Amino acid sequence: MQGSTPQNPSSAPGAVAAITHARFPGLARRLPWLVLALLAAFPLLAPALGLEYYVGFVRRVLIVAIAATSLNFILGYGGMAALGHAGFIGVGAYTVVALVEAGFSSAWLAWGSAALVAGLAAAAIGAVSLRTRGVYFIMITLAFAQMLYYLAVSLRTYGGDDGYGLYTPLELGAWLDGAHAQVFYWVVLAIAAAVFALFSRVAHSRYGHALRGIRDNETRMVALGYPVYGLKLAGFVAAGAVAGLAGGLLASHNAFVSPSIMHWTQSALLLVMVMLGGAGRRWGAPLGVALWLTLEEALKLYTDYWHWPLGLLLLLVVFHAPQGVAALLERRGGRESVR
Amino acid sequence: MNAPLLCCRGLEAGYGASRVLFGLDFDIRAGEVVALLGRNGMGKSTTIRSIVGGLRPQRGEIVFDGRPIHAERADAIARLGVAIVPEGRQCFPNLTVHEHLVAFAACRNGVAEPWTPARLYALFPRLAERAGHLGNQLSGGEQQMLAIARALSTNPRLLILDEATEGLAPVIREEIWRCLALLKAQGQTTLVVDKYVDKLLPLADHNLILERGRIAWQGSSAELDARRELWGRYLGV
Repeated sequence: MQGSTPQNPSSAPGAVAAITHARFPGLARRLPWLVLALLAAFPLLAPALGLEYYVGFVRRVLIVAIAATSLNFILGYGGMAALGHAGFIGVGAYTVVALVEAGFSSAWLAWGSAALVAGLAAAAIGAVSLRTRGVYFIMITLAFAQMLYYLAVSLRTYGGDDGYGLYTPLELGAWLDGAHAQVFYWVVLAIAAAVFALFSRVAHSRYGHALRGIRDNETRMVALGYPVYGLKLAGFVAAGAVAGLAGGLLASHNAFVSPSIMHWTQSALLLVMVMLGGAGRRWGAPLGVALWLTLEEALKLYTDYWHWPLGLLLLLVVFHAPQGVAALLERRGGRESVR
Repeated sequence: MNAPLLCCRGLEAGYGASRVLFGLDFDIRAGEVVALLGRNGMGKSTTIRSIVGGLRPQRGEIVFDGRPIHAERADAIARLGVAIVPEGRQCFPNLTVHEHLVAFAACRNGVAEPWTPARLYALFPRLAERAGHLGNQLSGGEQQMLAIARALSTNPRLLILDEATEGLAPVIREEIWRCLALLKAQGQTTLVVDKYVDKLLPLADHNLILERGRIAWQGSSAELDARRELWGRYLGV
């Protein structure tokens, strides 16, 4: 068997594609591109279908999916159950607010700074939090996020509890009209695709393998010569920075930022969406976000008590697909080695 | 005679107030296979934990390639070239066999012929057949082979095997012994803990018998083979 090419499941298509993998392997490989093309075409098709409103909705799904993908990276691959991820989203959003208040109007500067500042916040919080494990890690990340929340409440310059309105759209550059909803949609789609591709790539790189090893057996990874704390911190900072970027985009999307964006319930909701989709699955985060937000949006049309069916859905997932919807699709697709 | 690769002097270690090792003195020379023998609870695993940095010695020193390592962190010791195949294998359930062999690969010690996945598959052909399977989808024997291959992928200067054949079928045990003999022929320095003394004898250059945290006897395999009374007294054979 020497020299044989080993089958590596990481190179196979992801969970969404897996459903078609058994019968249509070619389609499975192209499915991500097909989804991307459909999403890119959606703003052009929406007016003809009377779905203009949903362009904004899909944009919101994409932004939340960026944040959820970053959480999935540390939760699903690194085993770090952070209950304060919305704190970094908030840091990113308030960075945009601070720059706008200071007179800056470049979207790229604002979003880049949002990622940078959130990354720095993640480095400081992670440096302390990652010295703990298990339930203590959950509690300490929650505590830090709540500190950020109350800091935002106390910032009167930025509206305090009432929030801050971003009345003028940020500028995307000479050739892109930031005020144009479709242009902003495509920019968000491009960023989401890049973030998703980057995390997918990293998750299946040597660093990603090391992170999964740390999740499964930290002591063994130390014995193999890995600086576990440093590797976890690097992942935590990267995830925090991307959550900050999502926060910056969310600020532009809503044209409004308030402390509620970083309340602990938002962190919990993000966790629920990742778990629903499938933590540690390539497609887990976007699937979970799309499923949750779409159901929320659809159920709201029929009832004020939309939490009920969503709660039932969660129960169903817990009992019948504890590893998430992505895992369920992978099993249906007939793949043995699933992640 | 070449200088020792690993030197333990006056090694004392334990857990809290309970002391397990009482002043161990021994050397492991480059290219040598050393067997650490003794009944359960005599301090074999504690000795290994002290060497790999899993347990900070209370007294004494451990020197690896001329550098004291008893105060070093476990990951730093591993990077110096000490690899362990742990008791219970501890393969990663969410990594495939192939990922086990590439994710931890390192060549930090300027080895002329480093262990590559191809060489490891040649050493354990069964792993090549299972390359795409996850760590928890393997039999006990395959997991043991994977644990050895994972340790070798770091190109260690000292390979430590803790209960390498425990709980394995006889045919798999033979496979592991064959592999260890091959490694010895290639000059791999090895410290091995195992219960099958008769199988260790042809393999080991030097034997240490631990009895209640002290070295009760040490010598060559020929000497140990000749002194069968030691087997009954210290090894329960």
